[in-house]
Amino acid sequence: MKQNSISERLINGLIKENPTFVLMLGMCPTLAVTTSAVNGLGMGLTTMVVLALSNMFISLLRKVIPDKVRIPAFIVVIASFVTVVELLLKAFIPFLYAALGLYIPLIVVNCIILGRAEAYASKNDVVSSLFDGIGMGLGFTCALTIIGAVRELLGAGQVFGMNVMPASYVPCSIFVLAPGAFFVLAVLTAIQNKVKLEGERKGKDMSKIQSGCNSDCMNCKESGCSRRMIDVSCAKAKEDLEVIEITEENDIPDVNTGKEEKNDD
Amino acid sequence: MIKDLLIIMISSSLVSNVVLSQFLGLCPFLGVSKKTSTAAGMGTAVIFVITLASAVAGAIYKYILTPFDLTYLQTIVFILVIAALVQFVEMFLKKFMKSLYQALGVYLPLITTNCAVLGVALTNVQKNYGILTGIVNGFATAVGFTISIVILAGIREKMEYNDIPESFKGMPIVLVTAGLMAIAFCGFSGLL
Repeated sequence: MKQNSISERLINGLIKENPTFVLMLGMCPTLAVTTSAVNGLGMGLTTMVVLALSNMFISLLRKVIPDKVRIPAFIVVIASFVTVVELLLKAFIPFLYAALGLYIPLIVVNCIILGRAEAYASKNDVVSSLFDGIGMGLGFTCALTIIGAVRELLGAGQVFGMNVMPASYVPCSIFVLAPGAFFVLAVLTAIQNKVKLEGERKGKDMSKIQSGCNSDCMNCKESGCSRRMIDVSCAKAKEDLEVIEITEENDIPDVNTGKEEKNDD
Repeated sequence: MIKDLLIIMISSSLVSNVVLSQFLGLCPFLGVSKKTSTAAGMGTAVIFVITLASAVAGAIYKYILTPFDLTYLQTIVFILVIAALVQFVEMFLKKFMKSLYQALGVYLPLITTNCAVLGVALTNVQKNYGILTGIVNGFATAVGFTISIVILAGIREKMEYNDIPESFKGMPIVLVTAGLMAIAFCGFSGLL
């Protein structure tokens, strides 16, 4: 399939680089809103709209935005679209707005959106950026709906609000509560680990499957992570932290050594 | 008044814990919890930033956004203010409070756009908290974050030498631990 063609972008987002199952990005909303399949679907679609629009807009502006202030500029663009979507939801789908609540404005800090802006939209043309956003958004929507359906099925015996389990099934309500979200994600990451290990054993290249930012914030290489807003200070923080850890191991509580060197250059 | 504040403190630090029941700030919770000392440092930095951010965001909401009828801009304004504030705090500490910077400076860039910070600012607005109540709520939320990250780091230090199934090594077992902690924190819901 041709690189950057529309269908290639859609399949890439849905399967090859699925933001939830493969890249493990944007875990906060994934855990928080998947108490039911409907909520998962709603959150996924909301994120998709923001992602597609912001990707398109950032791609349009990619030659105008100076490189040094690109991340704050991206954030302003994303936050504007989030506000637009939030107001639309409030006006036209109030039940979804009530169910998702705080997590709609928090789409701004979702790693996926800033990640795609930084990794794809700021380097590619408008049409493929738009479809990259739609593909990624669809992948996210599918993942959230599946997780939501599993949690709803186990926790309430329903899928999309319809009873599917036999009447004798006693719902295990912990799955719709907060702890269930952690357990579902734990199983998900375990399956991902398993796939990765099997693949490596067979000698396949598994470098694409990441454990996401959640494996280690301090050494995260993902350009998409929201907290890497100021790349330079992040890299500096990492170095400083390494210095602290080394000194802590040697029981010398002197942090200055690393920083002094940095100040010189 | 005092009683109300106390109830807010307990409810946002323990009952509806920011990480374990609201899933905000999950990235640093999972990523910076390998050692108790680092976790405590991160927690202190989060307390510092969230308390400051909720004060500033509350003031901006009350004295700028509300009088000019611009409240729909809250998301954009808050995220920019928080990002700028963290950068400013980092520069200020570096210049004037060397010792505090050495303790917290490392963690500051990591919380620039932490969703917990934005989450608290937005919650304060949604629940119509005044500035003082907002600050108390922010402080308590951050204390809740610190409590849970330090506990998780303690457990992870112990877990290092355990025999864990191959595919559960790393993140999955940490998530299982977090889930069990969330169950334990459910017990606090009887407090209020």
